[in-house]
Amino acid sequence: MNLTLHVWRQAGPKAPGKMVVYQATDISPDMSFLEMLDVVNERLTERGEVPIAFDHDCREGICGMCSLMINGVAHGPMKGTATCQLHMRSFKDGDTVYIEPWRARAFPVIKDLTVDRSALDRIIQAGGFITAPTGGAQDANTILVPKESVESAMDAAACIGCGACVAACPNASASLFTAAKVTHLGLLPQGQPERYRRALEMVDQMDLENFGSCTLHGECQEACPKEISMDTITRMNRDFIRGRLIGTRA
Amino acid sequence: MGSLRGFYGSMVGKKVVMGVTGLIGVGFVILHSLGNLLVFRGPAAINSYSHFLKSTGELLWALRIVLIVAVILHVIAAVQLTQQSRAARPIAYTKQERQVATVASRTMRWGGALLLVFIVLHILHFTTGTIKPAGVFSPDDVYANMVTSFRIWWVALFYVVAMLALGLHLFHGAWSSVRSIGVSPPSPQPLHHRISLAIALLVWAAFTAVPLAVVAGIVR
Repeated sequence: MNLTLHVWRQAGPKAPGKMVVYQATDISPDMSFLEMLDVVNERLTERGEVPIAFDHDCREGICGMCSLMINGVAHGPMKGTATCQLHMRSFKDGDTVYIEPWRARAFPVIKDLTVDRSALDRIIQAGGFITAPTGGAQDANTILVPKESVESAMDAAACIGCGACVAACPNASASLFTAAKVTHLGLLPQGQPERYRRALEMVDQMDLENFGSCTLHGECQEACPKEISMDTITRMNRDFIRGRLIGTRA
Repeated sequence: MGSLRGFYGSMVGKKVVMGVTGLIGVGFVILHSLGNLLVFRGPAAINSYSHFLKSTGELLWALRIVLIVAVILHVIAAVQLTQQSRAARPIAYTKQERQVATVASRTMRWGGALLLVFIVLHILHFTTGTIKPAGVFSPDDVYANMVTSFRIWWVALFYVVAMLALGLHLFHGAWSSVRSIGVSPPSPQPLHHRISLAIALLVWAAFTAVPLAVVAGIVR
C-alpha cells in the first residue's frame, strides 16, 4: 500500500518546525506503524536525508516509550493500544496520514516527533512511591487485600506513563496519569501511610509542570493504551480535598 | 489561611470551587424553572409566589448573596483555569480529532460566558426593571412583565438561545461537578450520565416553555 505522510520535522528544541510531506510506498499492511516509519527512514537515509526521529523501545505495548499523534488521535485509530501495536491494516491504500509529536508546554520537542516527558517522572518523584518496607514475597501474602481493591489498584497500575492522556486532552492536563498513580498506591494497605500527602504533592508537582486542568471531556481515557478509567481522577480529587482540608495524617 | 491558599492555589482546588458553586447553581435553576411554570396557572398564581418570595426579606437576601458569591467564584475560577489550560498547549496540533468530547463539554467556556451576560441582563430586566424592552415594568406584576416582554420577538429569542446554552452547560456541568468534588462513585462508563441529562432537559424545557407560550399566544 501507498500512503502520503505529513510529518512534523524539527531539527532541535529551539529550531522552528514544520509539517513535511513524504510518500510511503510499497508498505505491507502487516507492518506495525513504527515499522512503516523504519522503512521510510531507511529510504531517507539512502537518499542522504536526515531520518525522522521518533521514540520507541519495546514495541510490544508495555514500555510506554512510543507516542505519536496520528491523524489527530493519540496512538492512532486503534483503541486500547500504543502506536507500536497499531498496524498498517488499520489504514487504506492511498490514505493521507498526519503524524505529530505530543503537544504540551510540559512536553517540549527534542527533535521531530520525540518529546521530553520527564515532567511525568518528576510527578512520580514527588509522591508516586511508598516508603514502608514491604519485605519478601511471603510477607506480601500475609497482608490481606480485598479482591476489589486489588483489581482496581492493578487497573490503575497498568499505566505505562506514555503521556497519551496529556496529548489527547484539550487542556493538556496530566490528571489521568497522576490520578492513576494516586489510585494505584492509595488503594493498597502499603500505600496508606502517605496516601493524602502523596495526593497533595503529586497534584502540586503537576501544577508546577504547567499542565492544564481537567474539564472531564473524557478524551484521556479514550486515548489511554491501557484504558485507565477517569474514575481515578475523582479519587485523586477526593484524596486531595481530604489532605488539604483535614490533614495528611492517614 | 495558608491551607486555604494552598487549596485554591492548586488547579484541583479551583475545580472543587467550580464544582461546589456549580452545584449551588444547579439547585437554583431547578427551583427557579419549576417556579416559572406557575405562569401557566394564571397571573394570580405566579404573582402570589413572587410576593411570597419577597416577603421572606432577609432570607431572600441571604439566598441572593449565596448565589451572587457562587457566580463570582465560579467565573473567577473558570477564567483562571482557562488561562492555565490555554497556556498548557502553546503550539496547537495541525490536526486533532476529538473522540468522545460532547458539544456540551466543548461549549462550557463560551456557553458559560454567554450565560454570564444573560444573568446580568436578566436581573436588570426582570428583577430590577432597569431594562424595559416593553417600556413598562411593575415590580408587583411578574406575570405582566413576562407577557409584555416576551411578546417582543427578539427578547423571546434571546431567552430561548440563552436557555439552550444553559441546557448544554447543565448537561456537562451537573455530572462533572460531582466528579470534581470527588464524591461520584466509580462507574464502568464514567461518561454515561443519565441524571444529568434529565436535569438539563427538565430545566431547559421548563425555562423555554414560558417565552414560547407567550409567543404562541397560549399565555397572554
